[in-house]
Amino acid sequence: MRLAQHMAVASDRVRATAIEATEFPDLSRAYRVMAVPKIVINDRVQFEGALPEDQFLAAVLEAVDAA
Amino acid sequence: MAFLNVSDQQEVRKQFEQLQHPVKLTVFSQSLAAADRCQQNEQLVREVADLSDKISVEVLNLAIDRERAEAYGVDQVPAIVVEGERDYGLRFYGVPSGYEFGNLIDSIIVASTGDPDLTDDTKASLAALAGDVDIKVFSTPT
Repeated sequence: MRLAQHMAVASDRVRATAIEATEFPDLSRAYRVMAVPKIVINDRVQFEGALPEDQFLAAVLEAVDAA
Repeated sequence: MAFLNVSDQQEVRKQFEQLQHPVKLTVFSQSLAAADRCQQNEQLVREVADLSDKISVEVLNLAIDRERAEAYGVDQVPAIVVEGERDYGLRFYGVPSGYEFGNLIDSIIVASTGDPDLTDDTKASLAALAGDVDIKVFSTPT
């Protein structure tokens, strides 16, 4: 969440939502959360586990390009 | 029962020395949907806000304050909206009591400073984004 929230502050285009998976089983099911942390960007690009900043950014850019 | 013990309070107070601009925490609750968790969430947020006079709290009801919820894009409870000089798009769904607690504190600090800890390359790429980006981060309390 840390990188996501810093990116949100860096750009008005970015918003970051932290979700407690156990409290929202329906959402977790809908997004097929099997392991945490799970990151879903624009409902398109997703990955599990922490990524270094440059790879996280690449995922963000991929999600925008896929639009 | 308090969420934060004395040593937690001291640690967070120390981190809050970095705060610059005021931060507003808007909490969304709804007693019918998740009364206990909403109550825990409100209590946690108030305990955190008590640690700095730069932090204010407003508690809203998802069912009653629908226009505000819609404007914030909030459709779940318990929820927290973290705002600094403006709304940076920082949201928390669920009680951020475990692993997410550190992220809540970090989000308050970065919303207050408006100065994200990212490389210049990342900032430049984000400044040039051609579309909106919605990042959801699922985690568990432990």
